[in-house]
Amino acid sequence: MELSTTAWIILAGALATYLTRIGGHLVLSRFPSIHPRVEAALNAVPAAVLTTLVAPAAVFTGPAETATIIVAFIAAFYMPAMAMFAVGWVAVLAFRAIIG
Amino acid sequence: MYIKRDIVDGIKAALPVILAAGPFGLLFGALAVDNGFTVGEAVLMSATVYAGASQMVGIDLFGDKIAPWLIVLSIFAVNFRHVLYSAVVGRKTAHWSKLQRYAGFFFLIDPQFAEAEKRAETGKPLSFIWYMSAGFPIYVTWVAEGYLGATFGKLVDNPAAYGIDFLLPVYFLGLVMGFRKRPNWLPVVIVSGIVSVGAYALVGSPWHVSIGALAGVLAAAAIAGKPEEAAE
Repeated sequence: MELSTTAWIILAGALATYLTRIGGHLVLSRFPSIHPRVEAALNAVPAAVLTTLVAPAAVFTGPAETATIIVAFIAAFYMPAMAMFAVGWVAVLAFRAIIG
Repeated sequence: MYIKRDIVDGIKAALPVILAAGPFGLLFGALAVDNGFTVGEAVLMSATVYAGASQMVGIDLFGDKIAPWLIVLSIFAVNFRHVLYSAVVGRKTAHWSKLQRYAGFFFLIDPQFAEAEKRAETGKPLSFIWYMSAGFPIYVTWVAEGYLGATFGKLVDNPAAYGIDFLLPVYFLGLVMGFRKRPNWLPVVIVSGIVSVGAYALVGSPWHVSIGALAGVLAAAAIAGKPEEAAE
C-alpha cells in the first residue's frame, strides 16, 4: 500500500506527539531526587496548562463568551464539575441570544 | 475486587470526557475532509496523533503547501505541553512496568491527565487498570467520531447556534477549578492566564499554550522558593 504525503506527515506528527508524552518522564526519571522548587512547579502543571486553554478563548471570542466564563467560574465554587458544565452551556446560549 | 472497582471508577471518569469531547471528534473529521483529507487520513490522525482539539490546529496547514517539516514542527509545538504531563504522571506511576508506562502515556491527553491527577489526589491507587479503563473508552469513541464526522460531514450545520463551539473552554475551566485546593493555585492561574492571553495576542496560537504554561509553572517554583530562602 502506497502512503500519501499527508499520511506520512500525520505519522511524523504522531511520533512527535508521542515523544512529548514520554519525554517529560524520560528526562525527569534521570534525577534521583527532586528539588522542592521543581516539586512545586510540577504540582502547578494542571492549573498552569489548562488555564492557557481557557483564557484566550474567554478574552478574545466575544462579550457573550467572556460573560459565560465568568458565570461558569462562579458556578464552579457551588457545584460539581458536570453541573457547572451544564450551567456554562445554558449561559453561552443565553448570553448569545441577549448580547450576541 | 480492586480490579473491578478500578475498572468502574475508570469508566466513570471517562464519561464526562466523552460527552464534552464528542462534538469535537465529529467536527475534526468533518474539517479534515474539508481540508482535503481522505476519510482514512482523518481516522489515521485521530488514531495516531490523538490530541483532541489540537488536531484541528494542524489540519488547516496541510492544504496550504507548507513544507511538511513545518507542519510536523507545529504539531510538536501545540502538543509540547504533554512534556509536563508526562513528567508529573511519571512520578506517580513508578509502580507500573516500563511497558505499561510506554503504552499508557500514548493516551495522556489533557482530560486524561486531569483525571489521573484528581485520582492521585484522592489517595486512591493510580493503577494501570484504572488508567486504561478511563483512557481506552475515550480513545475508541474519539477515533469513531473522527470516522463518523469524516464520512457524514458536519452532522450539526452550525455548532455556534447550539453553543457547542464554546463547550470545550467551559469544560477546561471545570478542570482548572477542580485543582483550586492546591497550593498557589490562584497565583498560578492568574500568571498563566495573563501570559497566555498576551502570548496569544503577540506571538499567536499555538505558542500561547507553551508560553503561558511555562510562566505559571515558573511562578509556582518562584513562590515555593521564598520561605526556604527566608529560613536560610
